[in-house]
Order: sequence, then C-alpha cells, then structure tokens
Amino acid sequence: MTITVSGKKKEYPQGLTVKQLIDAEDVESPLYVTVTINDDFVKSDEIETKVINDGDVIEFLYFMGGGC
Amino acid sequence: MIKLSLSDYNAIVSHARDNLPNEACGLFGGIICGGSKEVKKVYMMTNIDASPEHFSMNPEEQLAAVKDMRKNGYVPLGNWHSHPESPSRPSEEDKRLAYDKTASYMILSLMDKENPVLNSFEISAVQSKKEELEIK
Repeated sequence: MTITVSGKKKEYPQGLTVKQLIDAEDVESPLYVTVTINDDFVKSDEIETKVINDGDVIEFLYFMGGGC
Repeated sequence: MIKLSLSDYNAIVSHARDNLPNEACGLFGGIICGGSKEVKKVYMMTNIDASPEHFSMNPEEQLAAVKDMRKNGYVPLGNWHSHPESPSRPSEEDKRLAYDKTASYMILSLMDKENPVLNSFEISAVQSKKEELEIK
C-alpha cells in the first residue's frame, strides 16, 4: 500500500500498525511523539493496535514544551 | 547562524507580552542555505499549560503549522518560547525536552520588560550552545 509519511509517499505492507511504522521510520524519542492519521490524533493506547490503511496521511508531531 | 527578520522578532515579542504573566511559545520554519538558517515564517502557538513557568504547544496548532510550512516549501527550523521572569537561557527542563539536536531553540527573556533579550541555542544531550542570531 502507499501512504504519505511526513509529506513523502512511501510503500508499506498492508496491516501495518502505527507502532510498526514508528519503528520502521526510526522515529527519534518515540515517547514524545504524537501521531496523526488524516489529521486525526491517534490515542496513546491505540499506538500498538491501530492499523494504517492505503492512502492514509501520517504526521509525527513531537511534544514541544519546557519551562523556565 | 540563524537569521530572523525584525518584523518576525517584533511579532514574537508582541505575542510574548500579550501572554504575560504566562510563557508564550511558537514555531518557526524557513530555509537552510549554505549551513545558515533563515526564518521565513513564525507561528504563534497557544501555551496549553497557561503557566508562567512551563509551556506545552497545542498539538492541533502544531499540526497546522507543519502543514503550512510544507505547503510553502519551508522546513521546520525550531521553536521559541518566552521566560517571563528568568534569563534567556535553556532551563534544565528545556534541555531535557529538547529532542532535536538539529533544531534552533530561541528563548525570549522578558525579565526587563522594556528590553527583551532573544537568544538562540542548539541543544544536544542536555548540553546547550548559543548560536549566532542575526536580527534585521
């Protein structure tokens, strides 16, 4: 299947989960990453099981925060 | 080196002052040319912590900014936040939460309300290094 990851079209096998995509993309600091599929935010407890479909658009958003 | 226009600098200061006493935050995107970064657009974000001592960016706004950068042909260059009552340097929390060693982290101090201080830092493995910031 063809999906768009961070603006780039990529080929992945059917049945890919969000967790498998995070691993395959070698996402840095995955604990600080929020994932969106077609602009919908994936809940943290769905990362392991949520299946990505052909044509989906995926974004990885890093938590950005800090303090003085 | 990172370059920031005076108008974008003024917009950052204005947004930070509008959000006092809380910290303000945002993203910036632009281009990288010859090892030099040039900020082309600054995005004002909502600090969902609404705190004078902490900030967390609104994820929906963050997503919109990333998409806008891509649409305009910009790359994410980094983020900025304000320190309402402390100096323009990364706190331990700032360093701990800086996941991207290629990003620029700008910190605006409003300790002296009439004389804001903006510095930019590169942060890697909880070490921070000031980078040259050109505002004009």
